[in-house]
Amino acid sequence: MYALEMIEITKEFPGVKALDRVSFKVKKGEIHALCGENGAGKSTLMKVLSGLYPAGTYQGEIQIDGEKKEFHQIMDAEKAGIAIIHQELALVKEMTVGENIFLGAEPIKRGVIQWDELYHQAAGWLKKVGLKVSPETKIGTLGIGQQQLVEIAKALSKNTKILILDEPTAALTESEVEILMGLLHQLRNNGVSCIYISHKMPEVFRLADSITILRDGRTIATLDSKEADDDKVVSLMVGRELTERYPRVKHTPLETVLEVRNYSVSHKDIPGKRVIKDINLTLRKGEILGIAGLMGAGRTELAMSLFGAYEGKAEGEVLIDGKPVQIRSVQEAIQAGLALVTEDRKRLGLVLGMDIKTNTTMAALEKVTKWGTIHTNEEIKWGQKYVDDLRTKTPSLETTVGTLSGGNQQKVVLGKWLMADPKILILDEPTRGIDVGAKYEIYHLMNKLVERGVAIIMISSELPEVLGMSDRILVMRDGTFVKEIEWREATQENIMLAATGGI
Amino acid sequence: MQAKIETNENTISKGNALKHLLGKMDVRAYTMVAAVILIWLLFGMLNDTFLTARNLSNLFTQMSVTAILAIGMVLVIVSGHIDLSVGSLVGLTGGVAAIMSNWMGMPTSAVILGTLIVGLLLGMLQGWLVAYQAIPAFIVTLGGMMAFRGALMGITKSTTISISDPSFALLGNAYFAKGFGLIMAAIAIAFLIYSMWTNRKSRQKYGFEIPSFSLDIGKLVFFSLLIIVFVLVMNSYKGIPFPIIFVILLAILFTFLAKKTRFGRHVYAIGGNVDAARLSGINIRWKTMMVFVLSGLLASIAALVLTSRLSSATITAGQMYELDAIAACVIGGTSLIGGSGTIVGAIIGALVMTSLDNGMSLMGLESFWQYVAKGTILVFAVWLDITSRRKKAGK
Ligand SMILES: Nc1ncnc2c1ncn2[C@@H]1O[C@H](COP(=O)(O)OP(=O)(O)OP(=O)(O)O)[C@@H](O)[C@H]1O
Ligand SMILES: [Mg+2]
Repeated sequence: MYALEMIEITKEFPGVKALDRVSFKVKKGEIHALCGENGAGKSTLMKVLSGLYPAGTYQGEIQIDGEKKEFHQIMDAEKAGIAIIHQELALVKEMTVGENIFLGAEPIKRGVIQWDELYHQAAGWLKKVGLKVSPETKIGTLGIGQQQLVEIAKALSKNTKILILDEPTAALTESEVEILMGLLHQLRNNGVSCIYISHKMPEVFRLADSITILRDGRTIATLDSKEADDDKVVSLMVGRELTERYPRVKHTPLETVLEVRNYSVSHKDIPGKRVIKDINLTLRKGEILGIAGLMGAGRTELAMSLFGAYEGKAEGEVLIDGKPVQIRSVQEAIQAGLALVTEDRKRLGLVLGMDIKTNTTMAALEKVTKWGTIHTNEEIKWGQKYVDDLRTKTPSLETTVGTLSGGNQQKVVLGKWLMADPKILILDEPTRGIDVGAKYEIYHLMNKLVERGVAIIMISSELPEVLGMSDRILVMRDGTFVKEIEWREATQENIMLAATGGI
Repeated sequence: MQAKIETNENTISKGNALKHLLGKMDVRAYTMVAAVILIWLLFGMLNDTFLTARNLSNLFTQMSVTAILAIGMVLVIVSGHIDLSVGSLVGLTGGVAAIMSNWMGMPTSAVILGTLIVGLLLGMLQGWLVAYQAIPAFIVTLGGMMAFRGALMGITKSTTISISDPSFALLGNAYFAKGFGLIMAAIAIAFLIYSMWTNRKSRQKYGFEIPSFSLDIGKLVFFSLLIIVFVLVMNSYKGIPFPIIFVILLAILFTFLAKKTRFGRHVYAIGGNVDAARLSGINIRWKTMMVFVLSGLLASIAALVLTSRLSSATITAGQMYELDAIAACVIGGTSLIGGSGTIVGAIIGALVMTSLDNGMSLMGLESFWQYVAKGTILVFAVWLDITSRRKKAGK
C-alpha cells in the first residue's frame, strides 16, 4: 500500500519537456529520496504534487492512499496532507515566527485573531522541531538553518502526512543538519512520509529508505537504499561512471596577488559590533584558498566587504599586486580585478526576469559594447560560450533565468563572473544546489582558471569540497581566522574542531 | 554528465522554428496595434469625421504631449520608481518658456535652451533626492507635483501668458512640406531595409540561425506600408505635423538608449533586481538620478510643444498629465514592479488614450462618460495583459 502514487506524469513548458511519463511511489512512513541532476525535473515533480501546478496543466494521475486526487490549488494539496518546503525559503521576513507558522491558518474567534492562542500553539510546534527561539522573534533575525526549522514547524502544523523537502540542507551547517535528520527520523516513526531531495549523497544514504532517480525528466530507477551505494546512484543519475569527485591537480602558486592586513569590518546594523576582527590574509596567484567555518562565522561578510558590497565600515589595509587599494564600491572592486559569486543567487546574483545572455553579460557589458552600442550578436556569442563551457541546461539563450532549475541558475551566475575575467575570484558556496556531475565540471573549471594564473578564494560549508579542492585552508570562527592548514594535513576532524572552537 | 548540451541551434527543430521566431517578435506590440485599429474602426463607424485626414492629423498632434511624457515615464517605471511630477513640470517649464519668450523677449532658440535646462535641473534635483538621499520617489515627486504647480502660479502671478513670437508658435503648429514628408518616408524605408540586411549578414557571420527570408520581407512590407499610409494620410491634409516628428525622433532615440546602450540595460537590471545589479558593479545611484534627469528633460520638451501649440501658458497646463503618461505606459505593457516595458508600447498606449479622448469628444459624449470609459479601459487592458501572461506561464 502506497501513501502516494504519481502515475505517468508529463509536464511541458514552452520548449522543454520537464517531466516525461514519470512514475513515483512513496510508502507510508518512509523517507524517500529523489535524486537527479540539475534540471532533471525533481522540483517540477514536487510542484505538481503540491498543487503549485494545478491539475490540467499536466498529464497523469495522483493517488493518495489509493484514492485518485486532483489538486487545483495549493490548498487542495494541503487538505490532502501534503506540505512542501521549497528549495528557496518562503517566509515573510518582517513577520514573527508565530505569524509565519500560522500564515493563512490563524486561529480566530468571531473573525478576530487569537494572538495568545497562536503563540502558544507556535511554541508547541517549535518545541517539536527542537528550535529554541521565542515565537515572537522576527524571522529576519534568524539564521537560514533556523528558518528552515520554522518552515518544517509550519508544515507540521498543517497535519501533514507527506512532507516534501526540496534541498533542505543546502544552506545548513553540520549541526543543523544533525537536528534536521533526527527530526525526520522521528517523523518517520510517527507515520509521516518524507520526500527528500538532495544532491548530498552521504545524507541521502543516512536518511533514506528508498531512492528514486530521475534523469532528463524520466524515472530511471527506484532502489532500496540498503541495496544501493553511492557510485551506483551517481552513475544512474549522470548516465555514466564517475570515478573521481575532486579533480586535484598540482597547482604552482606564484607571487602574492592579494594581501589583507589588520582588516576589521563593523556590523552593518549594530554600531560597535565587529563581524570581522583584525584578520590577515595573503592569496597567491594560481592557488585555491579554502575558507571553512560555521555559518555565521563571518565568511560571507568578509567576502562582501572585500568586494565593496558590505554596508558596514571596513578598516585595515588591502593590497593588490603589492599596491594599496581603496575599494569602496563594487565598480572599484571589479576594476581592481575582483569578482564575487555570491551565495544567494536569486536575491543577489541574478535578475530573474531577464534572459540568460543578458545576465551573463551584466558585469562585463563593455566587452560587447562598441561605440556605446550593445552588439546583440556578440552578446549571444558570449552567452553561448558560457552555456557551452558550463553545460548549462536550457532551451535557449533567451530563456528567462527565473525558469531555470536551481543548479542551472548557479551556472549562469558563474558564467557572468567568468566573463568579467577576474584576477581574484571569490566563490561563496559555489556548488550549493549543484549536482555531482556539474560540481565536477566546476572544479575542473577552477583548476583551469588557476592554471591561467587566477587566484581563487573558495568559501564553502561542504567540508569534502574544501578538503578536495583547496591548496590551503583557513578556518574562520567569530570573525577571525583561528587556524591555517595545508591541504595535506587537513582532515574533516581538525577543521571542525577549529571551527567549533575545540582547537 | 549526460553530454547533452542543449544549445540554441539544435533544440529548435524545424517545425518549432517559425513558432520560435514569431514568439520573438513583439506579439504584444502587434495586438496593441490591432487594438488601436479596432478602436478607430469603431469610432469611424459611429462618427463620420473621426477617420478624416484632418481629424487624424489632429489626433496625432494631441497625442504628442502624452507620448513624450510616456517615453520618460517608461524609463522611470522600469527602474522601479514613479514620477508624479511630470504634469506640474510641464506646467512650470511651459510658464518659464512663456515668460522668457514674452516678458523677456528672448529669441526662440534661447527660450528652448533655457526651458530644457530648467526641466533638466528640476529632474536632477528630484533624482538626487531619490537616488542619493533615499527618499521614495512617490514622495519626492508628489512633493514636486505640488511645489512645481505652486511655483508656476508664483512666477506667472497666476495669469495666462500668451505667446506672441511667431517662430515659437511654429514648434507646435507647423507642418512639414509634403515633399519633405515623402523624402522622410523614403529614408525610413531605406533604413528598414538596411537594418534588416545588416542584421541578417551579421547573424550569418556569427553562424546564428537567420529568420526566414519571407518572414523578414513580410515584416518589411508591413512596416513600409504603415509608413507610406501614414505619410499619405497626413499629406492629404497639411503634411506631417511638427510635434509628431519630435515624438518619432524621441521614440527612436530612447528605444536605442533602452535597448542598445549600457545605460538602458542597467536601468532594466536595476528595476529587475537592485541587489543583483549593485553586485554586478552597476552604479545604481547615478543611473537612477539620470533616469529622473531624462524624465525632467522630456517634460520640458513636452512643455515646449504644448505651450507653442496652445500659444499660451496657463496655470492649469499639464494638470493630470502624469496620470495619462502612467496609464499609457501601463496599457503599453510596462510593469509597475519595474524591470520590463518598452517605449513603443508606451507610445501605442498614448495613442489608445488619445484616440478615446478624441473619439468621444467628437461624438459629443459628456465628459463624465469620457472619464469612466478611460478608467475602465485602463483596468481592462491590464487585466487582459495579466490573464494572457498567466495563461502562457501556466501551460
Ligand atoms: N516555469 C518554467 N518554465 C519553463 N521551464 C521550466 C520552468 N520550471 C522548470 N523548467 C524547466 O524544467 C526542467 C526541470 O526543472 P526542475 O526545476 O524540476 O529541475 P531540478 O531537478 O529541481 O533541478 P535542480 O537540482 O537544479 O534544482 C529544467 O530544464 C527547467 O529549465
Ligand atoms: Mg530543484
